[in-house]
Amino acid sequence: MGLEKINMPQLGESVTEGTISTWLVQPGDTVNKYDPIAEVMTDKVNAEVPSSFTGTIKELVAQEGDTIEVGDLMCYVEVEGAGSVSDDEPSPAQEDPVAEEKPNKEEKPVKKPAKQEKGSKKRYSPAVITLAQEHEIDLNQVEGSGRGGRITRKDIEKLIESGNIPTAGSAPAKEEPKQEQQAPAQPAPAAASGSAVPNVQAGEGDIEIPVTGVRKAIASNMVKSKTEIPHAWMMVEVDVTNLVELRNAKKKQFKDQEGFSLTYFAFFVKAVAQALKEYPQLNSSWAGDKIIQRKAINLNIAVAKEDQLFVPVIRNADEKSIKGIAKDITDLAGKARQGKLTSKDMEGGTFTVNNTGSFGSVQSMGVINHPQAAILQVESIVKKPVYQNGMFGARDMVNLCLSLDHRVLDGLVAGNFLARVKEILEKMSEENTSVY
Amino acid sequence: MPVLSYIQAVTQALKEEMQRDEKVFVLGEDVGKRGGVFRATDGLYDEFGEDRVLDTPLAESAIAGVGIGAAMYGMRPVAEMQFADFIMPAVNQIISEAAKIRYRSNNDWQAPITIRAPYGGGVHGALYHSQSVESVFANQPGLKIVMPSTPYDVKGLLKASIRDNDPVLFFEHKRAYRLIKGEVPDEDYTLPIGKADVKREGSDITVITYGLCVHFALQAAEKLAEEGIDAHILDLRTVYPLDKESIIEAASKTGKVLLVSEDNKEGGIISEVSAIISENCLFDLDAPVQRLAGPDVPSMPYAPTMEKFFMMNPDKVEKAMRDLAEF
Repeated sequence: MGLEKINMPQLGESVTEGTISTWLVQPGDTVNKYDPIAEVMTDKVNAEVPSSFTGTIKELVAQEGDTIEVGDLMCYVEVEGAGSVSDDEPSPAQEDPVAEEKPNKEEKPVKKPAKQEKGSKKRYSPAVITLAQEHEIDLNQVEGSGRGGRITRKDIEKLIESGNIPTAGSAPAKEEPKQEQQAPAQPAPAAASGSAVPNVQAGEGDIEIPVTGVRKAIASNMVKSKTEIPHAWMMVEVDVTNLVELRNAKKKQFKDQEGFSLTYFAFFVKAVAQALKEYPQLNSSWAGDKIIQRKAINLNIAVAKEDQLFVPVIRNADEKSIKGIAKDITDLAGKARQGKLTSKDMEGGTFTVNNTGSFGSVQSMGVINHPQAAILQVESIVKKPVYQNGMFGARDMVNLCLSLDHRVLDGLVAGNFLARVKEILEKMSEENTSVY
Repeated sequence: MPVLSYIQAVTQALKEEMQRDEKVFVLGEDVGKRGGVFRATDGLYDEFGEDRVLDTPLAESAIAGVGIGAAMYGMRPVAEMQFADFIMPAVNQIISEAAKIRYRSNNDWQAPITIRAPYGGGVHGALYHSQSVESVFANQPGLKIVMPSTPYDVKGLLKASIRDNDPVLFFEHKRAYRLIKGEVPDEDYTLPIGKADVKREGSDITVITYGLCVHFALQAAEKLAEEGIDAHILDLRTVYPLDKESIIEAASKTGKVLLVSEDNKEGGIISEVSAIISENCLFDLDAPVQRLAGPDVPSMPYAPTMEKFFMMNPDKVEKAMRDLAEF
């Protein structure tokens, strides 16, 4: 047994330091070479740091939140054979006597060391795919012994024989914190990338940005959502002239009294929460052999931060006033921008409301936030000439776009729901709506 | 159990069959007094006389034609082509007559003839004495083509061929004649035509081959075993019609299949084996099915370097097996 150091790698051309956001391993964990050991934030990217060795984590030198210069020590790994860390160097806290034993002399040379070209790791033979499907093996968790790290049929057969089958649900515990941190990514209209690796080559001068952390989570959630959920789409146009008057009349006073803004979005969220109470079918999830209708109305809202999108949750939105909702929106948006959202802020959403209007969008097809049943996009409020009561008038109009899981919902109920949201919004006015 | 060479097994099978059944007779060039150019019929002339061991003119078409006619009249001829390369003048007799007579006559007639021919290279035989000709005949329903690899298989399969009621082409590798030795029981036995035989059990890769190449594969497998590569080797023994069941079983066993043949690569027996595997074993395959065969040039050259380039050998087989194991 020997010791090796893992140092902060160069994570980008101009990156000089990185902040450890999460350790994905703990002392005592066994890691394979290239396994992710930590998530690191730099001013450019969120990245996973891969292990440089196969071995056991001995000591985490850097703590979560620490900012480490590129090349500086992150942790120690105990490896087979002699390590490169010599005795006079600062060594880990407790000396394990076993660790000092000299390398295992007659470990039989294994057949062929898997050459780490990595190239064909993801190319599976028919036999491997068949066996993996039959035994529900998650191939991402399997180490291949074939050329270029290819997973061979024999690798799988040995795995099955050992009974230690890595299924999709049994991801190693160390990955869990990562999932929490990356949180449900927002189904942004623009998101497209998938998990299948397309053969795209970078040309000269192109910049290659590693897909990690939140971006990766967004990509896989989008693919999951778009491939699993049969999306249907509808849109209604809502006259919010009265609502605009109401908000304009109150916003100054509100800001002065409460210390935060009274946004249009709060009114829309309120209207959606109210309509969901009447149409609980939209507040549900597809669960294979059943549909689960949620009691709580917890609304995800989208908050953007540079290249990241988060979907924190306004809990029990149906129990809150417009002010309460506006406060939640302000709090959650602030937390997101400061990177302080916790996994608790993200959990338990039952329906998503997306404020696409904030970018000036007037129409968009949202991708449903898996496993929810629908997503509502609130577009820009636009002044339009509208023919009404025998004459044209300038009215404030807004489009509400709804994407729905057609397994759970049909046009009728979704249409009724949208009509109800429209009705609520059109009735909002200074005379009959209180923000408190 | 006595150890016989490959050619001694041929002689013993012929002798025993001639003793057993008066209808069995041999005919061919120099098979009588001379005992054959390879001595395969050595001693038969003395024991059975010129009526049952016929020296024929240098006319392969006549050898086959006379044999087929005699077979249709109830005899059990064993015709010898001195070299498989010279079977070409007899192809019309074999394919148009022998292979089709049962079908054409609605079972009224049959041609229980065995045509023996030494094939294969590696003996400095050059163009006309080195060819593999099995693929010429391997799409002719009505024919059977037997190509044994060991003395034990030779005796059992040659006897079965003589007793078979339809024409059988029995190809013997001429380099195996004195190179390959093995235990052969004295007693009378036959082996089933159309059945392949597992010559070595293994779990990493499957090699399917026939004839002399079986030995190359076995030698390579022993070397590779020291590296931890465990090869499964299937000897086809009958190359037409093929033993599909055994091929599928052997291919499915490891999912990595190497097919070896001394014949030219394109359109050879192993191409058909490959097709059977791809039709039946897709979901067991762990690697592309590999063919290792002679180059697609007209024949085995005479120059030793070029002959070595063309001819299969244990090194070539070992390299291909290792490559597949590492895939």
